[in-house]
Order: sequence, then structure tokens, then C-alpha cells
Amino acid sequence: MLRCLHSIPGLLAALVVSFMAITGAVLSLQPLVERVFAPAGNEMSVATLVDRVLAHQPQTESVVRSASGAVTAYVANLGIGIDPVTGASLGPVEHSALFTFFTELHRSLFLGDGGRVVAGVAAVAMVILATSGIALLINRMGGWKQLFATARGTLSQRLHVELARLAVICLLLSAMTGVYLTLVTFGIVSDGGQGFGFPPYGSGEMPAPIASLSALQEVPISDLRSIILPMADDTQDVFTVTTSAGTGYVDQASGALLDFTPNAPMQTLYEAIYTLHTGQGYWWLGVLLGLASLAVPVLMITGTLIWLRRRTSMPRMPCDAGWRKADTVILVGSESNTTWSFAATLRTALAKNGHAVHVAPMNGLRASYPSASRVLVLAATYGNGTAPANANRFIERLARFQGTGIDYAVLGFGDRKFRHFCAYAETVEHAMAAHGLKPITGFEPIDRQSAQAFGQWGRRLGAAMGETLELLHQPTQPKTQSYKLIERHDYGIEVQAPTVLLRFAIPAAPSWTQALKSRLGLDGFFAGDLAGIMPPTDPIPRYYSIASRSADGILEICVRKLRGGVCSDYLFGLRPGDSVEAFVRPNPDFRPDTGCQPLILIGAGAGVAPLVGFVRANSRHRPVYLFSGGRDPSSDFLYREELKAQLDAGRLTRLFAVFSRVMGGRYVQHRLLDEAEQLRSLVRQGARFMVCGSAAMGDGVRASLDNVLAPLDLSVERLQSAGRYAEDVY
Amino acid sequence: MKKFLAILLLGTALVAPVAAYARDVTIQGQMSSYRGPEAYLAVYLAKPDGSYDSTLYVAGRKSRYYRDLSGWARLAARDATLSLDGITGASIGSGKSFSINLSLADALIDAGYTIHIDSAVEHQGSAADDVVLALDSGQSGSAQSGQGFIGSASVNM
Repeated sequence: MLRCLHSIPGLLAALVVSFMAITGAVLSLQPLVERVFAPAGNEMSVATLVDRVLAHQPQTESVVRSASGAVTAYVANLGIGIDPVTGASLGPVEHSALFTFFTELHRSLFLGDGGRVVAGVAAVAMVILATSGIALLINRMGGWKQLFATARGTLSQRLHVELARLAVICLLLSAMTGVYLTLVTFGIVSDGGQGFGFPPYGSGEMPAPIASLSALQEVPISDLRSIILPMADDTQDVFTVTTSAGTGYVDQASGALLDFTPNAPMQTLYEAIYTLHTGQGYWWLGVLLGLASLAVPVLMITGTLIWLRRRTSMPRMPCDAGWRKADTVILVGSESNTTWSFAATLRTALAKNGHAVHVAPMNGLRASYPSASRVLVLAATYGNGTAPANANRFIERLARFQGTGIDYAVLGFGDRKFRHFCAYAETVEHAMAAHGLKPITGFEPIDRQSAQAFGQWGRRLGAAMGETLELLHQPTQPKTQSYKLIERHDYGIEVQAPTVLLRFAIPAAPSWTQALKSRLGLDGFFAGDLAGIMPPTDPIPRYYSIASRSADGILEICVRKLRGGVCSDYLFGLRPGDSVEAFVRPNPDFRPDTGCQPLILIGAGAGVAPLVGFVRANSRHRPVYLFSGGRDPSSDFLYREELKAQLDAGRLTRLFAVFSRVMGGRYVQHRLLDEAEQLRSLVRQGARFMVCGSAAMGDGVRASLDNVLAPLDLSVERLQSAGRYAEDVY
Repeated sequence: MKKFLAILLLGTALVAPVAAYARDVTIQGQMSSYRGPEAYLAVYLAKPDGSYDSTLYVAGRKSRYYRDLSGWARLAARDATLSLDGITGASIGSGKSFSINLSLADALIDAGYTIHIDSAVEHQGSAADDVVLALDSGQSGSAQSGQGFIGSASVNM
């Protein structure tokens, strides 16, 4: 719901809002320009100013002072710039054609009242976008306190979040004041301006010299907005003086203040809001608002990209029965959206059997389904046994779920090589049972998208429902390319830890669009991204962390041979000249941030490879500390020569290489404890941790670091939620 | 607008005792291309001796800007009978044409009366007597150029 509120007006209003923001950004320069050309401030009175102006321009009808301090005398409709110190003419005031043009464009798009409505609607859309965006961000970051944690996700997502966080307060200010100004324009909100104020009559006596008029002497020009001079031939006419406080009339003979109407509170409010919207007279505010406005087009583009990606990655579910009519509800919890394709298969099979099916994300669980007799939950597990983003409020929503007469089945999706295989789905299973719902079939975990296991589950589900349910799932295959092996280096044979470093040539782009993309760096990969390798005997890809960048021209991975490992056996059998079918999957959450705080890299075995990739890319000489673990330096010291060279080149600050099968051998987690003091000092400097290796090593590292961090009143968990701890363990 | 004016003018000097003595008069004009926001205009009638008689029309709805039409504002201030209800309309943009329909007593035509138009534009100053048009049936339809924000204007009767 919140997301809809953010994306629908965003997409609809994107162009108009961006247009308003860009024109607004141009206008924001006006206070700055005026500031640059503004005359020096001074303390003279209005009486002195008008006296000096008249000495140079005897025909002056009115004098206006702008928020920036520029003084203009009007002779008929000709504006003449005035040096307020001397009263001398600075020549005719040419209103900047640029700013005049953009002011009208921004206010009304040159479309009169229709354009003003459009501008007002854009401002309202902007308010909705900014507030729903803040709410989404709080959701995504997990609370107010994490609001400024490092953003994660793809480049678009990160850019969107980072820019929005920087700009949102200013954008909200511009938008809300813009809405107010629109309401004032259409008279829905009063600007407090009194009706037509008639000037009173003056005494009609002989006019006195202007410099001697007491009421004008009392007003400093810093308070002056405008002064309308009496008609030359009319002794009854008066000075009409508008100041920041109100409007008054001054007799030209006695200099008495004949009448003064102070600004109404609504008028003071109007002027304050007008100033906040335009930044007039406050050049720094103008610049701030302008910079924030410039973020809007970027937010629009990245927002659209995010929306498109989400849409295209989600399979279409045509002919959804709707939650009111459905007899079967399928709920999907998926981080990478692969689970949606299983839901689509299930939906099709059920619909073929005559069921009315409704498919929704798990967070879309409603309080009740009036026609449903079963709820089928397809839940993937994310990371350390946690819920995927579209399922993170499911348990909370389940508490309010009225499930009388509704049976359920939970299907878990995961990968057995992770310790917390299907842990979240199990949590869901327990929660549904505890809620008093009746299971149709037992809980079923699906390992690595196994179509066979899915089919079996379908048969059992069908049997329990008293029908035949055939689930023929065709997993969508990623597009692969042929990567030719050009180099291999073997390590660790002697210490029973065979590890191979493989370097593949990047295949030439098959089409010009792809060639262009890779030129622009849109198609490229970075160290830490994943290479998905398709072993010839299995349709499921295996993922390996990449140590190189696409800019290096090679794809480099490091593979540890596993007992009975299908893919690692296959890769170990490769000889230079052989090719593999592979593709690259971005892993934006495991990438060094762009800061200059120290980076602490921890890895063992093949897990060192992406970390070495990070060191290679450290051209800015950020302090980088690498803890690497192996068994024996004489056999499996991966990247030994290269790391030495990187130390000399300054891309690596310090290397802590530890080995377990030597005299006094240790693991990386022990070495971390030895360096506790230095680590604490780095953490105080804002250091960021990146950990890559086996799950067991990952656990050991967490335990050690918790010990190291305890004196600082910190923990790995807190660093992680602050975006300072990233791990890629398997 | 005609109807509004007819109602408004009841009880003012302009009123014709019976409809037969009233004449439909149209002021047509063209704004110059001055670049900037829409202009405020005040249209008023002056007696043969040049003194203010009555206000006919004001273009622009925000009354707090009326004092920028300083020439007219000064004169209208003396007009105890002036009510702006029903004789105001939208402000007029740069380069736009305008047309104001009035119903004036026959006695005012060819009697030395003149129609004055003052103009003002936000941040760009004002022009008192931007255009002065004689209520002279011999000059009906002949355009006068403006001094300020009005390009030209004519009175048709």
C-alpha cells in the first residue's frame, strides 16, 4: 500500500514534478545572483533615500526595495536602478529575461489558471512522494534509528535512497509551501491581504522638504518594501509607505503618519512562506532548495528504473480471482522473485482444476478471505534465516488473521548449503500451526529450486485435496555466455585443500547494444559480484564470488574442491582452452562503500579471492587491512606474490596471513583476537568489515569480533545494522 | 459583464433614466509584449475638465495590488460611491488582447468625457494614463497607442 502510494503518483507526476523542480532550481539562483549584485547595506532613513532619489530623478513616482536590498525608482513604467548610498541612477533596470521566463513557466507553464492547477497538483504529488518515501525508508531501514544507515541494493536503489535522504527535507519544504501558494492563488486560503486600502487625504498644506518628514525619517530603509510618492500637483495626496510591518500613509506637509495598517497575521504567514518557497533575500536558502530540486530528476529516473525492475522480475498473474472470491490463496515470500515463478506454476495447475486462485505477497495477508478454504504459503529464506522483504510483516499480520475454516500448507525454498536452510519457512509453519490453522500436508522444504521436489509436493497436496495436481515447473534459465578458460593455478593439493584459481576471457559482446552497455559500464561486473556457472550435468547454476572487474578484461574465480561437489569437480577438470557456460549476477550488497574509512577484509581459503579484488581496485589508497587464512603457506598461500606487490604499491596497508597446519597454527578468527587493540582503534575511526568464506569461518569471525568490540560497547550486529559489516558466507 | 455593470451603475452618475438612453460601448485593446506576469488595469471615466468621474472596470482580482495602480488609486480614494463588486475581472497577460463591454449613458458620449486606463505589472512598475480614449463617436474604433504595458486600445460605440 505504502509502496503503491509512493510509486503510482511518482510515475504519474514524475515529469511534471521534475519539470517544476528543474524550473525551481533555475529560479533558486535568483537570490544568489541578486546577492552578488546587491548594493552595500546602509542605515539611512526612507526620508533621506527618497530625497536623494528625487535629486537625481525628479519625476519618480515610486521607489521599491527588493528583498536583496536593490532599490528601484519608477518613473512611469520605467524602472531605474538606484545606488542607495548616493541616490545616483545606475541606469534602467532590465528584468532578467531568463528569470522572468522561468518564473512564469514555474508558476503557470504559460497556461494561465490551468497551468497553476498543474503546478499545484505537482506540489501535492511531491508532498505525497516525500512523506511516503520517508515512511518507506523507515520500513526498509528497520526504524528511525537506522534511517541513516548505509543504503543497500542496486546502483539505482542506492542512488535513490542516498539522494532522497539528502534532499527530502528541502523538497518537503518546497512542496508544502508550493501547495500553500497555490491555495492562496485560488483564494482557498487567505493571504491576509486587506481589501483595497484607500489612501487617506492629506492636510493639503504646503509640502515640506521630504528629508524633513518625521514619519519617513523613522523608517530605516532596511524595513522598506515600497513607497508611492504623491502626485506632483496634488497637495492632498500622501506618501503610501509599505514596510515589512504594514502599510502607512504620510502627510507631505506635516510628515505625520496619518494611518497605519499593520500586516494581518495571515499576511505575515504568507510573506514568511513566500520567502521560504523562493529563498528571496536568503541566497543560501535558495541555493539549498535549488540543489535539492536538482535531485528530483535523478530520483525520478532511478525510481522508474526500480519500479520497472520490480515489475519485470515479477511474473504476471493474469486472471487473478481476487481475494474476495478466491477459494485458494497463494502467498509468496521471495527476495529475488524466483519463488514467484513457482507460484505461477501452482496457480496455473490449480486454475486448470477449476479453482479460483488469488496470488499475493506474504505481506499482503488480509484479515480474512471470505471465500477461501486454503492458504498456500511459498516462503523463501533470506540470508541468516530472516524473512524476505515482501514477507517481513507476515507474522505480525497473522496475529490478526481470522482463519476459521481455512487450511494451510507451507512450502519452503532455500539452499541446503546454507545453515539456515528454509529457516524462515519453518518459522511460518510453526506460526500458522500456533494460530490454530489446520495443515493440509506437512511442511516441505525445496532445495535449490528442485522441480522434482516441487512436483512431489504438488501430488501430495492434490491427494489431500482429493484431486490430481500436476506441477510441471520449468525454471527460467538465466542467459549464459561461453567463457573460455585462459589460465589456471592450483593450490593446496598437499594439504588436502585443493583450490584452483581460474581466469576466463570475457566473451565479446554479441550485439551492439551490449557492446555499448559494456562501454558505458552498465553491463560490467565488480569484484564481489557472482559468477553463475552451469555445470553440464545439472540445470541449476552454482555461484562463485568474482575476484576481478570487467574492466580487467578477465573473469577470475577461486574454487575449493568439495567432496562430491558436482560443479567443483567439473571446474577442476577444466584445462586452458576449455569453455564454460556462465553468467554474471550483481551482488551489490557485497561491495566496498565509497568512503575513506579503513576497510577490514577477512577471508579464508577461496573466500580470499573477492577480497583481493577489492584490494586491486583500491586506487585511492584507502587504508585496507586483510586477514587471510589458509592451511600451509608453502601450499595454499593464495595470491602471495600479488599481495606483496599490493603492499608495496600502497593499495594494501597491512596483511595478516595466518595458517592452520604449521607450528603454532591458527585460524583468522584467532588472529583477530591478537589484533584486538588495533581493530578497536580502526573501528573508532569508522572502519567497515567485509567477510568472505565458509559459514563456519563466518561464525568464528563474528564470535571473535564480538569479543573485540565488547569494550567499545559495540557488537557485530550493531555494526551490521549500521551498514559497517558485510558478509558473503556459504 | 454587461448585466453586472448595468446593475452596478444604477444609482451612479452614469445611470440612464431609461434603457433607451444607454449605449453599449466596447473597449478593445492589445497588451504589449513586455515579458512578465499578468498586468493589472484600472479603467475609469474622467469629466470634461479632466477630473475623475467614476471607475468602470478593474482587471486583476487581488485588491492588495490595486494601490500599485497609483494614479487611479489616488483618484478612486475620493470616490465615496465606489464599489468594486462586479466590476473586477482577471488580470491580462503580456501580448494578450482584451475587450471590456460597458453600458454608458447617452449623455456621456460626445460630451468631452474621456476613458483613462492605468496599468501596473508586478515588480515592473506602473503607468498612470497608459491610454486615454475620448468618448467621441467620431473616433470610434480608432486605436491609440499605449504609453506603458498596453500596446494599443480603442473605444467602439
